[in-house]
Amino acid sequence: MSSQGGWGQSKDFLDLVKSIGEARSKAEEDRIILRELEALRRRIAEPDVPRRRMKEYITRLVYAEMLGHDASFGYIHAVKMTHDNALPLKRTGYLAVTLFLSEDHDLIILIVNTIQKDLRSDNYLVVCAALTAVCKLITEDTIPAVLPLVVDLLAHRKEAVRKKAVMALHRFYQRSPASVTHLLPNFRKTLCDNDPGVMGATLCPLFDLITADANSYKDLLVSFVRILKQVAERNLPKTYDYHQMPAPFILIKLLKILALLGSGDKQASEHIYNVLGDIIRKCEPSSNIYNAVLYECICCISSIYPNAKLLEAAAEATSKFLKSDSHNLKYMGIDTLGRLIKISPDIAEEHQLAVIDCLEDPDDTLKRKTFELLYKMTKSTNVEVIVDHTIDYMININDNHYKTEIASRCVELAEQFAPTNQWFIQTMNKVFEHGGDLVNVRVAHNLMRLIAQGFSEDEEGADSQLRSSAVDSYICILGDPKLPSLFLQVICWVLGEYGTVDGKYSASYIMGKLCDVTEAHLCDDTVKAYAISAIMKICAFEIAAGRKVEILPECQSLIHELSASHSTDLQQRAYELQALLCLDCRTVESVMPLDASCEVLEVDKNLSFLNDFIQESIEKGSSPYIPESERPGMSSVSNFRRQNEASSHMLRFEAYGLPKPSPAHLIPQVSVSTSTSNLVPVTEASYYRESSQASKVPSVTDASSADLGTKLRLDGVQRKWGWPTYSSSGQSSTSSTNGVSHVDGVSAQSRDTLYDSRRQQSEVSAEKQKLAASLFGASSGKTVKRATSTHRATKGNTGNAERMAVSTAINPETSTEKAAPPPDLLDLSDDAAPTSTPTADPFQHLQVLIGATPVDNTVKAVGLESPNLMAFYTDIPSGSRKTTSTIHSAVPSIKKAPLQNDETARRVCVNPTGNNPNLFRDLLG
Amino acid sequence: MGIRFVLLVNKQGQTRLAQYYAEHLTLDERRALEGEIVRKCLARNDQQCSFVEHRNYKIVYRRYASLFFLVGVDNDENELAILEFIHLFVETMDRHFGNVCELDIMFHLEKAHFMLEEMVMNGCIVETSKSNILAPIQLMDKAS
Repeated sequence: MSSQGGWGQSKDFLDLVKSIGEARSKAEEDRIILRELEALRRRIAEPDVPRRRMKEYITRLVYAEMLGHDASFGYIHAVKMTHDNALPLKRTGYLAVTLFLSEDHDLIILIVNTIQKDLRSDNYLVVCAALTAVCKLITEDTIPAVLPLVVDLLAHRKEAVRKKAVMALHRFYQRSPASVTHLLPNFRKTLCDNDPGVMGATLCPLFDLITADANSYKDLLVSFVRILKQVAERNLPKTYDYHQMPAPFILIKLLKILALLGSGDKQASEHIYNVLGDIIRKCEPSSNIYNAVLYECICCISSIYPNAKLLEAAAEATSKFLKSDSHNLKYMGIDTLGRLIKISPDIAEEHQLAVIDCLEDPDDTLKRKTFELLYKMTKSTNVEVIVDHTIDYMININDNHYKTEIASRCVELAEQFAPTNQWFIQTMNKVFEHGGDLVNVRVAHNLMRLIAQGFSEDEEGADSQLRSSAVDSYICILGDPKLPSLFLQVICWVLGEYGTVDGKYSASYIMGKLCDVTEAHLCDDTVKAYAISAIMKICAFEIAAGRKVEILPECQSLIHELSASHSTDLQQRAYELQALLCLDCRTVESVMPLDASCEVLEVDKNLSFLNDFIQESIEKGSSPYIPESERPGMSSVSNFRRQNEASSHMLRFEAYGLPKPSPAHLIPQVSVSTSTSNLVPVTEASYYRESSQASKVPSVTDASSADLGTKLRLDGVQRKWGWPTYSSSGQSSTSSTNGVSHVDGVSAQSRDTLYDSRRQQSEVSAEKQKLAASLFGASSGKTVKRATSTHRATKGNTGNAERMAVSTAINPETSTEKAAPPPDLLDLSDDAAPTSTPTADPFQHLQVLIGATPVDNTVKAVGLESPNLMAFYTDIPSGSRKTTSTIHSAVPSIKKAPLQNDETARRVCVNPTGNNPNLFRDLLG
Repeated sequence: MGIRFVLLVNKQGQTRLAQYYAEHLTLDERRALEGEIVRKCLARNDQQCSFVEHRNYKIVYRRYASLFFLVGVDNDENELAILEFIHLFVETMDRHFGNVCELDIMFHLEKAHFMLEEMVMNGCIVETSKSNILAPIQLMDKAS
């Protein structure tokens, strides 16, 4: 078949394709397409365009859209083409429609009818085309329109139709699981279809179903194993073979399913062992597809209940991957190593050199994967080296998305395994310095809390040591002009709370520093707010201590400037500071107590202090309070409100009921007085709407809606960050003096604390288990000395040693451990024997690898040319920067943060990781 | 949902085929995404991995002469298998067009799409038998 043209394509089309192909730049391509679109817009609307010509027009529209130009004027013609009787035209029409239209496009509704007709067609190819379109175009709303037809097609005589019907059902399940729950048993039937294609397709929905709920499908395990055996024994038609491998894609899908079914189930796993062993034995690593199957086998082995023999085979295969010259296989090897480490931690031992090689590799993909592995195997003995390496790596990352992830990983590891406070503070400093504003806000708040509370196992002395070392390091760092805003907020807060506590720095020195900060960051209101609050605290501490506060001239001008600020928040803070300076020593002490950020504020929710007053009032004849829920009238009032709201938005289809003779005149009483004992409960809510007494009701509804409103806001919204007080602080920035807002904020907070901590508990236990499993049992302090250790490793180690020298002075506990040579990155071996010293430089080794790359299996000769693409796409923005939310109201509220134990304090930072379903929105938004 | 998209791009960065499975993207979103991905992949050399992590998914790519085949997959997908899937796609096109090249795909864009439609549905690999993939397309050719 000739490729250039033929098949009745017009010269216009050939020219278009040729000119696009020859376009030298994006601009030229754009010009061609714009010209083309103009011509098409004219011609496509002409009457009596021949059908075949129309097909060509539609293809040209597809081109225009593919190259990024709007061709929406032609959508309707694509829709029309799906009506055509000729199959190629119909299918092209369907293809264009699926490419053009989003699910919620108005034109979809026009196609549903065509699809219904085509699903009933006698020509099975037409049915197939319609089913393909069903998978793309049918939404939750339109599923009922085609569902019965699709179900009928599951029993179609043609296997191609059955296969596509299975996939259409799969699609419905993806779109709206509830719509097809009653049809799920059909998948069990189609799994036993005679045609391997239908069987293979059925594995897709079953995989999804088993991922969601493995237990309901345990009974199918035997069937899957039997199918797997048959596939492995080449019982499937030859056409499914790929590079001498029998149906590898079906095999891989089956292995994925078995991994799910056998996970943590000894009995089920025993069924799988045999066939897995068979497949591995047959897998000769001669081609890529064998390795792909082998990889899937290892994944399966590491997922199901462990079997010693299979694990051994998996370890062997992993080492083959790691020793391979191909980067792809190394990548897979690192991946499987990460999986196997969870089961047998000592397996990494023999591969440490390979892992180091991958870590030093210039290929970023491989490097990332290796960092993921390191993250998995971090423990207290190697945390310093791993975190140092990771931070070094983080500095050079341009990809913001990944940088954020790496930063939070570092923080997580540091919080979990930090050997000393100093190390922890320094590590956090580094993360903030290099991570910039990409660091999660939660991390900053966590750090503040950790500094305030210290690690709970330490006694008070160590805590204050942590604080003063934090203050020291922040004073040092403050000169850096490029500190991210978030970090400055932390610094300001810490300096305000603890800057003068140990007496090392004078109040005016700290205040001077804080003023410098505000001068250096003129347009950052959040930082300014933190700074002015910090100055206020320092002044308060000074006054409380009986010393005279001397306000520096720059500080005075700052206060002056802020009291005229556009931000009311800053203004308020400035005025508060001014007011505070006029107060006497005792008042100041109670307004701004020293180191009170961790004090527990207990809230008397029952308001028991009012008991006397109530008693008195009742004796004087007041009626007692009855809770809203116990007031019979109230529930119907709120019902009424809801109904009223609903009725204003939509039509009511049912007839109005007859008004019941309930005592409507009593309603006003409900709202004004609290005595309800004589009320008859009103059940028919719709009655009120018609009642003429409704004039009184709005006052009740208003009150209750306001009430409901606040309630909703507090219950439904969960806090962005782990520390619950922050969001409630806005309304109560003067909380220490203002009792009312105080109560309000804290009661909300206590509720959220409960919710948050419960959530974190469940989140974290899994995370911890995973980490615990991935840690090795190897003894600490021993190292495998590498004669040819690379620059990075040495740098990391010496840096480490220095830091340890510092830490030994302070922390004598750890000094024994530190006396030994610093632990190597892969501190895995039990004996520090120099036998594992490599003889060759890893870089040299790498060059050898690069030199001997296998020739790719290409269809055509590979013309090697350096791609000159960068210029081509320079106009495209490289992802929008993440904006951090403002947290300026956080400072004072920390004052009333209840002390939580250290456990939760550390936990909050554990990031929930998981796939984001709205991938593209996240990515491009 | 294993496969998120299949992209064919030549070494100048021009899109030759694009099919998305995850969700419908607007033109601008597609343009930005393709630009970002293509830039990332074309900057790599032959010795490096055929996988690139991008956001929270991976791109598996393979080069055939002037054409790059890029497949975006979820993180738990078997990368090697996807690499072979690309090759299977190329082999299938090769069987149909005979010595397939970039121009074949350009002239018969809809056919390349049809083949892909047979092979991948809902982001899953459903058919891997070349004769099954090509049968409906050949029948259609005969009919017209």
